[in-house]
Amino acid sequence: MAEVKKVATRDAYGKALAALGAEHDNLVVLDADLANATKTQTFQKAFPDRHFDCGIAEANMICVAAGMSTTGLVPFASSFAMFASGRAFEQVRNSIGYPHLNVKIGATHGGISVGEDGASHQCCEDFALMRSIPGMTVICPADGVEAEAAVKAAYEMDGPVYLRFGRLAIPVFHEEGFNFQIGKGEVLRDGTDVAIIANGLLVYEAIQAGEQLAAQGINAMVINMATVKPLDEELVLEATKKCGKVITCEEHSVIGGLGEAVCSLLSEKLPTPVRRIGVNDEFGHSGPAAALLKQFGLSAEHIVEVAKDFCGK
Amino acid sequence: MTELEIKQLQATACKVRMGVIEGTHGAKAGHPGGSLSAADMFTYLYFKELNVDPKDPKNEGRDRFVLSKGHTAPGLYSVLANRGFFPVEDLPTLRHIDSYLQGHPNMNTVPGVDMSTGSLGQGISVAAGMALGAKHQNKSYRVYTLLGDGEIQEGQVWEACMLAAHYKLDNLCVIVDNNGLQIDGPVDKVMSPYPIDEKLKAFGFHVEVIDGHDYNQIEAALNTAKTVKGQPTAILMKTTKGKGVSFMEGQASWHGKAPNDEEYAIAMNELKAALAELEGN
Repeated sequence: MAEVKKVATRDAYGKALAALGAEHDNLVVLDADLANATKTQTFQKAFPDRHFDCGIAEANMICVAAGMSTTGLVPFASSFAMFASGRAFEQVRNSIGYPHLNVKIGATHGGISVGEDGASHQCCEDFALMRSIPGMTVICPADGVEAEAAVKAAYEMDGPVYLRFGRLAIPVFHEEGFNFQIGKGEVLRDGTDVAIIANGLLVYEAIQAGEQLAAQGINAMVINMATVKPLDEELVLEATKKCGKVITCEEHSVIGGLGEAVCSLLSEKLPTPVRRIGVNDEFGHSGPAAALLKQFGLSAEHIVEVAKDFCGK
Repeated sequence: MTELEIKQLQATACKVRMGVIEGTHGAKAGHPGGSLSAADMFTYLYFKELNVDPKDPKNEGRDRFVLSKGHTAPGLYSVLANRGFFPVEDLPTLRHIDSYLQGHPNMNTVPGVDMSTGSLGQGISVAAGMALGAKHQNKSYRVYTLLGDGEIQEGQVWEACMLAAHYKLDNLCVIVDNNGLQIDGPVDKVMSPYPIDEKLKAFGFHVEVIDGHDYNQIEAALNTAKTVKGQPTAILMKTTKGKGVSFMEGQASWHGKAPNDEEYAIAMNELKAALAELEGN
């Protein structure tokens, strides 16, 4: 069997920006001294006059992007998820969210798969922070193909978008030309026993888990919920009605992310038992990404364990 | 400027100040002190300097103004209303539930407001972004932003200054209202920002220091700003907080307090008398 192709979604981000930049003169990119890491350097090489380094000053960068957007440009402001959503939270809220400006935030290095840099850089709170801003769209693509499509979709929609990408190269399972729609979940495997709703790098793990569970007699539905907000409520409710049990999986705190978004919906509209897989209420630490993901239970193996326990097998 | 022109501006500023009193009295809240200290600058900007059209407030080629010290919305709203962007009669609805005149400027509800502000330190960054966007697209409009002297205690202000100089934003004019007072007291007692002019120079600005109530000096500084190339200009204007209303002048307590009915009557009478004198001559 051929080895699965792996791409970091941050690489896909840089590639997508460069491709879109060739088509659209009004696309500009801002970075805060991390162009090499966020991969906006790919865009910078192609369009140096449309790439604006703001230095190590994320709060200022976010507001500069807001100002540029009012002049008809479409800025993608980039930094690590920790700084884009955390350090600059209030700037995002007040200067982008409140006036509902057309700024895209390209946040890389989300989650604990940042690895060796450790807890200070492992942002597991960004979905929670960004979801809480009225009118903000929050997307976390599952592979390189989806990441590229999400960047294009974000450019094409009018309004603020937070895009979360990862540092780690992860398997690509979408076909080229995949049609991504903001706010629409994707059923990757049909099932009736339990609905596994995942995003980011947990989607591939959920697919693997679905196959392993099938071999053990559990028929799991697997859904890629790349858009955390607005949540595809229709699909969540439909899957829940069909399966009666839900597992959410995300490389994010179990507080405030996809899991809680699903729980909030279900507790009001269709009370159903839910198990949340994510980073529990704790900080990460240094280590190789793969080892960390395993240690924190962000793996197919752990999803299988939880699903079996949940289904009483 | 002729003496007559100056008197006309002073008369207009009197009306702008009356609007500040109407607004904050109607709201029973708001920030009169810093609105009044900047009233002469507001007046000059909107009646002489800015290329704006009240009938076409979103015109792409217009000059932009960002009120970085967003809490002085009563001053901005009053000058916009007096300039014809919306009815002066609406000013007393400031801060009322269902009024479009939000406590801090909202670009999506108030005609003529170019950016929603209120969280200090952010407006100057947005203004720098507008200036950068204009330069990048070879647009000729200019961008102006007004900051408080307390506001510049925010670290983000200096991030923005660094960027403005780095990208040589000579289409950006940063105005600092140095009325010397912030909520907790004199700025040099709370957290001294001085020397402001030297700091701005060190950050790469061309700096003009003026009396912010002297129209000749305001005009000269803004005209100079348009001739400065390759760097942004900062105008540090010395002003009196609460200017124009005797009992508010130089009082930190009038930073964020509304006049009661009695104080309102006194303030309006003073301003009406000043206006009558200016218009009588």
